[in-house]
Amino acid sequence: MALSDADESRIRAELDRELTDTERHLFENLWSEHCAYRSSRPLLSRFSSEGERVVVGPGDDAAVVALDEETYLTLGVESHNHPSYVDPFDGAATGVGGIVRDTLSMGAYPIALADSLYFGDFDREHARYLFGGVVEGISHYGNCIGVPTVTGSVAFHDGYEGNPLVNVACLGVTNEDRLVTAAAKSVGNKLVLVGNATGRDGLGGASFASEDLGEDAETEDRPAVQVGDPYAEKLLIEANERLIDEDLIRAARDLGAAGLGGASAELVAKGGYGAHIELTNVHQREPKMNALEILLAESQERMCYEVRPEDVDAVREIADRFDLGCSVIGEVTEGNYVCTFEGETVVDAPAEYLADGAPVNDLAQVEPTPQERNLPEPDLDAAFETVVGHPNTASKRWVYRQYDHEVGNRTAKRPGDDAALLAIHEAGRGVAFSAGADPNWTDAAPYEGARAVALENATNLAAVGARPLAAVDCLNGGNPEKPAVYGGFSGVVDGLADMCRALDTPVVGGNVSLYNDSATGPVAPTPTLAVVGSKDGYDAPGTALAGDGTLLLVGESAGALGGSQYLASHGGRDAFPTLPDDPLAVVEAIAAVANHEATTAVHDVSHGGLAAALAEMVTGDAGVDVSLDGDARSDELLFSERPGRAVVETTDPAAAREAVGDAAPVTVLGESDASGRLSLTAGETTVTRDADDIAALRSVIERELA
Amino acid sequence: MTVAILRFGGSNCDRDARAALDHLDVDAEIVWHEDGLPDDVEGVVVPGGFSYGDYLRAGAMAARSPVMAEVREAAESGVPVLGICNGAQIGSESGLTPGAFTTNRSARFQCEHVHLRVENAETPFTQVFEESDVISLPIAHGEGRFEIADDALATLRSEDRVLFRYCDTDGNVTDAANPNGSKDNIAGVLGEQESVAVLMPHPERATLPEVAGANGAGTDGAGVLAAFE
Repeated sequence: MALSDADESRIRAELDRELTDTERHLFENLWSEHCAYRSSRPLLSRFSSEGERVVVGPGDDAAVVALDEETYLTLGVESHNHPSYVDPFDGAATGVGGIVRDTLSMGAYPIALADSLYFGDFDREHARYLFGGVVEGISHYGNCIGVPTVTGSVAFHDGYEGNPLVNVACLGVTNEDRLVTAAAKSVGNKLVLVGNATGRDGLGGASFASEDLGEDAETEDRPAVQVGDPYAEKLLIEANERLIDEDLIRAARDLGAAGLGGASAELVAKGGYGAHIELTNVHQREPKMNALEILLAESQERMCYEVRPEDVDAVREIADRFDLGCSVIGEVTEGNYVCTFEGETVVDAPAEYLADGAPVNDLAQVEPTPQERNLPEPDLDAAFETVVGHPNTASKRWVYRQYDHEVGNRTAKRPGDDAALLAIHEAGRGVAFSAGADPNWTDAAPYEGARAVALENATNLAAVGARPLAAVDCLNGGNPEKPAVYGGFSGVVDGLADMCRALDTPVVGGNVSLYNDSATGPVAPTPTLAVVGSKDGYDAPGTALAGDGTLLLVGESAGALGGSQYLASHGGRDAFPTLPDDPLAVVEAIAAVANHEATTAVHDVSHGGLAAALAEMVTGDAGVDVSLDGDARSDELLFSERPGRAVVETTDPAAAREAVGDAAPVTVLGESDASGRLSLTAGETTVTRDADDIAALRSVIERELA
Repeated sequence: MTVAILRFGGSNCDRDARAALDHLDVDAEIVWHEDGLPDDVEGVVVPGGFSYGDYLRAGAMAARSPVMAEVREAAESGVPVLGICNGAQIGSESGLTPGAFTTNRSARFQCEHVHLRVENAETPFTQVFEESDVISLPIAHGEGRFEIADDALATLRSEDRVLFRYCDTDGNVTDAANPNGSKDNIAGVLGEQESVAVLMPHPERATLPEVAGANGAGTDGAGVLAAFE
């Protein structure tokens, strides 16, 4: 994708001269959809990003929120969709590397990762190939750098067949003294590049990420995919920590999309300055690189630091200690962003114009039409097997077993339950972490589905007793120039923004990935939300039944079936279920019950409905006999995915009711026992399965990919 | 006493080992490999991670770094030395302990909890246990399958140098309980002295009660690290 004629003439008018070849490519990348949010910027103002705990909101490498008066958390999310299609292992691995460096550039130490992955139907060989490669890439990179992958999501949906999504979120810990931002501080400070040498890898990645994937992308676009070196990244993590320890960094930006050009231009632009960069000073891996290659290569594991002149030697010493390359590439100036190469000026433009001057696209949108009810009538006992055993609902153990989810000694709740829980020893508080989206939901109803995504993530946190603190979003969509695609995308932005506001959860940052479109069509609008919450202490109930208590449903009874796995598997349409009027009250009520001492298990009701939630709670030693009553159809009672509900096992149901108060209805589902069996009756249907049957159904991914 | 936790480029369980030893009130410090062991060293932990990115072969490069000669010297003088995970790979690559650790039977990285049977309770690392006790520790490795020549294994067994074997919850050493295909279900072995040991599972991840208790890992790791108390 070349710089458009319209953009070029606009820039020519601004600079009042012809562009150099290097400038043409720099603008092409910095003004791409990926870097400049040209199609999404008009929508992003709908998010509420402010709150008393927000220290750094959107626009920096990662957001910063205060956990308490001393301890700050950083939160960021990034997509690596197109690279993961072309080269799943390296594409996903470098996605991890990028979001971790975004954490470093805030002066934080990375403590946890969450991956939300989306592939075509699990039955397809190509989807399995991508799935296996992506998981292995994340495993390889994340494990090696010693950052645990503690939670995430995996969904299979035919819309991703030609364009998988790989969304990676990272959580870091820092404090007021260590916090660094990406805004340059003063003229005369040096710009220092630390990390891997620059080679010709990943040329034009930002631009590649901003167009549809061609049918021949796997071969054509391979040069745009970077190859990661997690060992170098680990050294960079430790070097960065040391640089922060010794207060040597004034500002930092990691080198990601658009390479050195992107990082350095954005860093000085944010401070309101310019720069003079001598490209020949960049330490290089390959001979005879030209200015353009040095400026735009997306070689991995590199950071750009603003350093006081008197600190340069100390920075160099630390880089040396960690066997990292280090070069002083230029300095912060009052003037333009200027790059010289072998005595020639190759770029000379205002930094702010480069970083923020891209015009916004005004695109047409078409609202999606509501779904008319048209329900299937399958045998419900067979439907139970289909839904509980569907890869979307089934156990993801095959995935998270490949991730080191315990390094760092913080993982108080491991993957497999609703949310991970991390011990923030620095603050004596637990931080819950959940990330995901459901394409069935947002495909069926972009606005309502996105609201449900936000509520479901918050309910995951509540299930471990945490209250949401802040969220970041990764908004994935198809080609925005198609009005129906843009209409759906606009709907998910509204839905996510509205529900996060209702949950009093600021959306402090994010990432937009459009043009996820291929020969097989656009992806469903996919608003991955990564949410952190906090609680006192590190203890929380799990999802497994203890076998000696009362099961309660906290929340509304069944709703409509729109967006459910049941309909996705059996065909049919329905409206999306209605969500609670006061979702924050519901979430807080579930958290209160989860924290009650008599509570022995909590599980949120979401993918696969109440049937799947109950099946997941049964163990070899604990079962339950549940009878679902109500006016609703049996399939609604079993499979409605109405979020904002949780199943609770307690030895003191009265106390649980009291904790919930008026926030939500509480219904008795049954008494848990030592049978190791689920017996579930809805209307005329009774489904009975023992723990082994359920485990077999739930192990579909492991069984197929062993 | 001062326990040195060796840090190579790519070590990533050094802080965790430090936190676990701090919890046990053991005076421990992280030592950068180029700085060498402190003079008063009274214990060495070679922690997990991916030293030198596991390039070439897991543990191979770190095993050949100058500091490992100092570790061998310390070991010979009776200082307890424990290699964990990548530290175990470094230990076997450097000849501190017999055998080798190679790619898991699954050919994949595995992070999960396993049970171990204590095979020799007469070592600093197992002194708080009885022989045949079953303990629980987490593993997290892609190359943890223990391999050794048959005659060397026979020697190891006759000298009672198998420290831990993978087992089920009841202590039965079965193939199903063997997470990575290790020969003879071996999870940890001793060097020539009983004060030198390597193991693939992570005791430092099952020591802090506030984490290990909550996540169901238990705190059996503290018993292994008691060697340094």
